[in-house]
Amino acid sequence: MKSFHKSPWLLHYDASSCNGCDIEVLACTMPRYDVERFGIINTGNPMHADIFCVTGGVNEQNAPVVKQIYDQIPEPKVVVAVGTCACTGGVFKECYNILGGVDKVIPVDIYVPGCAARPESIIDGVVKALALYQEKHDKMVKEGRGLPEGE
Amino acid sequence: MQKADIIKIVSILAFIVLAPVLGGLLEGIDRKISARMQRRVGPKITQPFYDVLKLFNKEYISVNKKQLFLLLSHIFFVVFAGGLFFGGYDMLMVFLSLSTASIFMILAASSTHTAYTGVGTVRELVQMMCCEPAELLVAVGFYLASAVGGIHYASLGLANDPSFMVKDLINVDKPAIMYMPGFFIAFVFILTIKFRKSPFDLSTSHHAHQEVVKGLTAEFSGGAYAITEIAEWYEEVMLLGVVALFFVTNNPISYIWAALAVIIVFFLEILIDNTSARVKWDLMFKASWGVILACAGTNLLVLEILPQVLRH
Repeated sequence: MKSFHKSPWLLHYDASSCNGCDIEVLACTMPRYDVERFGIINTGNPMHADIFCVTGGVNEQNAPVVKQIYDQIPEPKVVVAVGTCACTGGVFKECYNILGGVDKVIPVDIYVPGCAARPESIIDGVVKALALYQEKHDKMVKEGRGLPEGE
Repeated sequence: MQKADIIKIVSILAFIVLAPVLGGLLEGIDRKISARMQRRVGPKITQPFYDVLKLFNKEYISVNKKQLFLLLSHIFFVVFAGGLFFGGYDMLMVFLSLSTASIFMILAASSTHTAYTGVGTVRELVQMMCCEPAELLVAVGFYLASAVGGIHYASLGLANDPSFMVKDLINVDKPAIMYMPGFFIAFVFILTIKFRKSPFDLSTSHHAHQEVVKGLTAEFSGGAYAITEIAEWYEEVMLLGVVALFFVTNNPISYIWAALAVIIVFFLEILIDNTSARVKWDLMFKASWGVILACAGTNLLVLEILPQVLRH
């Protein structure tokens, strides 16, 4: 049962980021950092995702979008807030349209600070998310949820 | 029970048990080679198995209860087609079962009525339109080639009884590729579509590729997606088996050549995947029908005329 943290599929969503953190998230998948060696794939589909990576603070308009994407990801799932804006709202915190960090809308498990967050710290955050993912998975198995026959 | 029956049962069972293992490893090797081509380290070659195990342990979400049944029908018909092929049965039946499997896949995807799967299913239908003629022509080609390259042709000066049966097709004196190089080119061309490789990964794509949010498979979560992956492994092994069939004769050494050909074709597919960008559906349609008509069509004409020329 220990192998399940070896294949985390990542869903990346840009809430209202300046794109600095987005570029760093994508840089993780590039040859220099190559997160695919850990089995991490940047998927575009919430139905296939395990880890939800959000960059930027959440604003009034995309709050329901973030919430909906979160609901579409099957259990177990882990949410990683990447960058200062995603953690707290950052420099945009006082803007009239910004609600604040991602945790104002959905429960966040891992906070990766930085402006922009370095690829090293993003990978570090994702690796921390893996441990949590395994924990959530084991809990889910114990409760007997998620399998098609259990439906 | 006769010896031939035992061999038949053993090869069908071997296919059912070993094909997913082999298919998973092939996908792992594919991902590793792709990564190396992009100067990355890449995942372990056992990565696809971790992916599938994880998917089985994810929550299963679906808006339509029929989806799982249709997907199970899909994998059943893929395994059925492969079993027929490795059991030495009719080539036409093999390809028709494979088409049935594709239809179940399309039904499973469209059962959710979402925009992304809608686009994916339409594109999958176009992909089928590109693949089906080549598949059926290849079966016909094998039939005609077995008449020309049959066992007793040379000694009797007559055409051998042509056959669609795989067990007869592997029992020829000269490899089929000698008589059907055009069919081979057409088949390798549509393999790119069948394997969902770039430039023809329109309906759904692999690994980190993204197109219309995974298109056909967009609504498959957890175990449902794992079933799709396993069905793909079965299909991949079966189609590579067809590639091998072009080279197999009644001489055991030919199996080495067949294995070599499979490896080369597989590598070629990875190379094409990594060196080309996705095309639009109309270009795929024109290109595949062009190649099929030019290569397989010409070859078909030659095979029709050749026996009559040789007889006189």
